[in-house]
Amino acid sequence: MRLELRGITKRYPGVVANDAVDLTVEPGEVHGLLGENGAGKSTLMNVLYGLTQPDEGSILVDGVERQFADPGDAIAAGIGMVHQHFMLVPVFTVAENITLGMEPTDRFGRYDRRAANATVTELAERFGLPVDPDALVGDLPVGLQQRVEILKALARDARLLILDEPTAVLTPQEADGLFESIRGFQAAGRSVIFISHKLREHHEIADRITVLRRGRTIGTVDASTSEPQQLADMMVGRPVILTVDRAPARPGDVVLELDGVSVEAPDGRLLVDRVDLDVHAGEIVAIAGVEGNGQTPLVEALTGLRPVTAGTVTLAGRDVTGADRRTLLRGGVGHIPEDRNEHGLVGGFTIRDNLVLNLWDDERFAHGRTRRRDVIDEHATRMMDEFDVRAPSTTTTADALSGGNQQKVIVAREFARPIELLVAAQPTRGIDVGSIEYIHGRLVAKRDAGVGVLLVSSELDEVTALADRIAVMFRGHLVGPFPAPLAKEVIGLMMAGVDPAEAMAGEAA
Amino acid sequence: MSAPTDEMTSTPQRSTWSARVVATVTGADARLTALAFVAAFLFGAVLLAVSDADAIAALEAGEGPAAFLGAALSAVGRGYTALLVGAFGSGGAVSETLVAATVLILTGLAVTIPLRAGLFNIGGEGQVVAGGLAGGYVGFAVEGLPLLVHLPLALAAAMAGGALVGWIPGVLKARTGAHEVISTIMLNNTLTFVAIWLLTTSLFQIPGRSDPISRSILDTARLPRPFGGLRVDVGIVLAVIIAGVVLWLLDRSTVGFELGAVGSNPSAATAAGMDVAGATVRGMTFAGIAGGLAGGALILGVQGRITPGFSSGLGFDGITVALLGRGTVGGTVAAGLLLGALKAGGRAMQARSGTSLDLVVVVQALIIVFVAAPGLVRALFRVRSEGASGTQISQGWGA
Repeated sequence: MRLELRGITKRYPGVVANDAVDLTVEPGEVHGLLGENGAGKSTLMNVLYGLTQPDEGSILVDGVERQFADPGDAIAAGIGMVHQHFMLVPVFTVAENITLGMEPTDRFGRYDRRAANATVTELAERFGLPVDPDALVGDLPVGLQQRVEILKALARDARLLILDEPTAVLTPQEADGLFESIRGFQAAGRSVIFISHKLREHHEIADRITVLRRGRTIGTVDASTSEPQQLADMMVGRPVILTVDRAPARPGDVVLELDGVSVEAPDGRLLVDRVDLDVHAGEIVAIAGVEGNGQTPLVEALTGLRPVTAGTVTLAGRDVTGADRRTLLRGGVGHIPEDRNEHGLVGGFTIRDNLVLNLWDDERFAHGRTRRRDVIDEHATRMMDEFDVRAPSTTTTADALSGGNQQKVIVAREFARPIELLVAAQPTRGIDVGSIEYIHGRLVAKRDAGVGVLLVSSELDEVTALADRIAVMFRGHLVGPFPAPLAKEVIGLMMAGVDPAEAMAGEAA
Repeated sequence: MSAPTDEMTSTPQRSTWSARVVATVTGADARLTALAFVAAFLFGAVLLAVSDADAIAALEAGEGPAAFLGAALSAVGRGYTALLVGAFGSGGAVSETLVAATVLILTGLAVTIPLRAGLFNIGGEGQVVAGGLAGGYVGFAVEGLPLLVHLPLALAAAMAGGALVGWIPGVLKARTGAHEVISTIMLNNTLTFVAIWLLTTSLFQIPGRSDPISRSILDTARLPRPFGGLRVDVGIVLAVIIAGVVLWLLDRSTVGFELGAVGSNPSAATAAGMDVAGATVRGMTFAGIAGGLAGGALILGVQGRITPGFSSGLGFDGITVALLGRGTVGGTVAAGLLLGALKAGGRAMQARSGTSLDLVVVVQALIIVFVAAPGLVRALFRVRSEGASGTQISQGWGA
C-alpha cells in the first residue's frame, strides 16, 4: 500500500497536536516515526486509524483520497494498528481473539472453533508467526500477546501495519524476533509504520525515518545515511549529549546490604528468591532484567512498601529489615518509584505540594500542625529552577505536566533531602530524550556526591550508560553483579535466563 | 480521546465508586453547580405550575394555552415569592433561616471532611443522633452547674458521642476494609433505634410519662438566644467557628494535607510515608465530631429535649449541602445557608400560599441529581465540557 498523509492538522483546545504534517509510506517500506512524548505521533496515528478526525488535510491510500470516520473504515482500507496497550480479551483463546468480530460460525450460528483455528494456523504459517490457537491469551508472555495483536491485524488483511512502541515491552531477543517478522511483511510488499523513541531501533529496522517535533514534520531522512546524533538533535531541537559523561566511580563504605532477601506474594508465591547484594557509597549498581522478574517486589520490599519475608536488609550498618516506609525515607533512603503516577505523585496536587509530599510534616515545612505555605512555595520555586521543571507556576497540578517534567518533580523531591541510598526504578521510562539526558546527569552527580545508587532498569542503554556494576534479575534470582562494562548482548542473554558463564563465553566465541 | 497530546498523562483510575462520587463532586465546575441549582428550581417551577388548581382548571375548561400559562406563571410567582419572603422577608424569617442553617452547616461539614480523604459519610444521621443523645443527657441529667461550665460540657459530650459513631466505621474501614457507605448506613439504623429505646428508659424519659420523650434540657445547658423572642441562638456562631477550624484543618494543616493525599491517591500517600489507615480513622472521627455537634446544637438549642426521630433526614441534608458546596469548607457554609433559607422559606410558603412543603424536598432532591450528573446539566444548558478552552455558557434552552 502507498499511503500519503497531506497537511494533516489537528487542533485541541490550547494546543496544535499536528500542524500540517506530511508523511508518505511507500509499498513495502518500513517507515520510522520518531519524536518525543507530545510531539504528535499518537495524534497522527489516531487520525490515520480513524480514532479522531483531522481539522485539515487529507489521507490518500494508493492515490485515492479516503476519509476514516472510525477504525472500521481504516481497517476496511487495509490499515491495521497494534496499540502499545494490547486490545485483547485475556480469557479468550488466541483464535477467538484473532477472529473476534468476524468469527466463523456454523449452520446454527455458533462459533466454529475448528474453522477459526484453521484460519489462524494458515495465517501464522504464511507470515512465519507461530502461535497455539487454543492457548488462552492471558497465559501468554507479552511477546506472544503482541504476536496475536499483529495476527489480528493481518487477519483483517492489513496492508499497512502501525506498530506503536512495539519494543517497549519486549526483551532484546523478543525484539529481534519482532524485527524478523517485520522484514517478513516487508518482503510480502506490506508497509509498516514503526513508532519508537529509541534511535537504535529505527536504524535497525526502518528504511526511512520521519521526525516530528511539537506537532510539525521536521524532516524525513534515509535510515542508512543518518546518524543517531543527527536524529536526536532533530527530535529535541538542540544538540543533545547521547552518552553520559562520567568519571570512574570511587566507591566508599557499604550503604545497602541485602542478605538472603526473599519476598513472597500474599498468595505465597516466591517473587524474590534469596537475593544477596551490596551497594557502596559513590557507585551505581544496576539491576537489569525484563519486567516481571522480581525487580518490582524487590524494590518495594527494600523501600518499605512490602514486607521482606526472609533475609536482612542493612542500611549504613543499621538493620532496617521490616522498617516502615516513613522510617526508611527519613532514615536516608531516596526512592524514584517505577510508576510515577501511582506511587510518585498525587496528580491532583500542585507541584509545590508534590515537592514536599514525603516531608509534609517536617519542621522545615510546618510549624506544629500548620503548614508553612510561604516556605513551601519558595522551596518549590527554587526546586523548579534548579531541576528544570517546566511549568507555568508552582501551583500547576502534577497531572498537567509532561512525563519528563513529572519525573523531574520526583527527582527534585528525592534529591533535595539528605539521602545515603537512592533507589531509582525505571527512572526514565516513557520520558523524552531531553529529560533522560538531564536525569542521567543528575544521577551521576548524586553518585559523585557519595550517594549509593541502586538503579533498576529494563533499558539496556540506560544500564550500560550509567552502571558501575551490573546485576541481572531473572525469575526472582539475582545474577551478579559484574563489574561494568558488560556487552549488551551478554546482558540480554542473561535477561533471557542464560547462565552468566555461558553468556559471556558465547560472546567471547 | 480527551487527551490532546500523548504527553498528557491521566491519573490512575480509582476503583471504588464512592471515590468516583468524590471526584465528581470535588471536580465539579462552580458554574455547573450553580446551574444545577437553577435547573432544580426550573423543574420545581414546572411542578408548581402543573399542581396549581387554577392552572389545572384553566386547562380542563379548555380556555387555551394562554390562560393556562397565565395561571401557571402566577402560581410559580406566588410560590417562589412566598419562599423568598419566608426565608429573608423579616427578622423572624432570617432567624428561622439561621436556625436551619446551623444544623445544615455542621452536618454538611460532617460529609465534607471525610470527602477530602476519599470517604463518603452517609452516617451523618447516626452521628447527629449520638450527639443529641449524649449532649442532651448531660444537658438534663447534670445539675447544679453554671451555664459557662454546663453548656460547654454538654457540647463536649455531643462531640464525643458523634466522634464515637464516626470512629467505628473509620476503624472498620481501616482495619477490615468494610466499606464506609455500608457501615454508616447500618449505624444510622442502629442509632435511630437505640435512641427510641433509650427514650423509653428511666435514664431519659420524663418520670411518670409513657411517651418516648426525654426530660427537658436545663436552662444552664441551653444555647442562649441573643435576640429575645427570635428562635435563633448562638449555635450559628458555633457552626461558623467550627467551619473556621475545619477550614484550617483541611486547607492549612498537615493533617488535612495527609487526608487530601490519601483521598486523592492512596498509593502515593503510602509511598510518601503517610499513615493511610490512620487518616481514614481520623477523617471519619472528625466527621463524627461535626455531626455530633449538629445533634447537640439542635437538642440544646431549638428543641430543648430529645424526641424520637428528631434527626430525621438531617444526615442526608448534610450530603446535599456538601455536594452543593463542592467539597470545600466555604462552599459548605454557603450551601448550608442557602438550603437553610430553602427550608425556612418552604415552611413559610406552605403556610402562606398553601404550596406543599414537599416541593422543597423535591427541589432539594433534584439539586442532588443535577450535581451528581454534571453531564445532564451540561446538556440542558449547552455548557461545553471543562476540557474545552474558554468554557462558555450559551444563551440557555435551545438558543
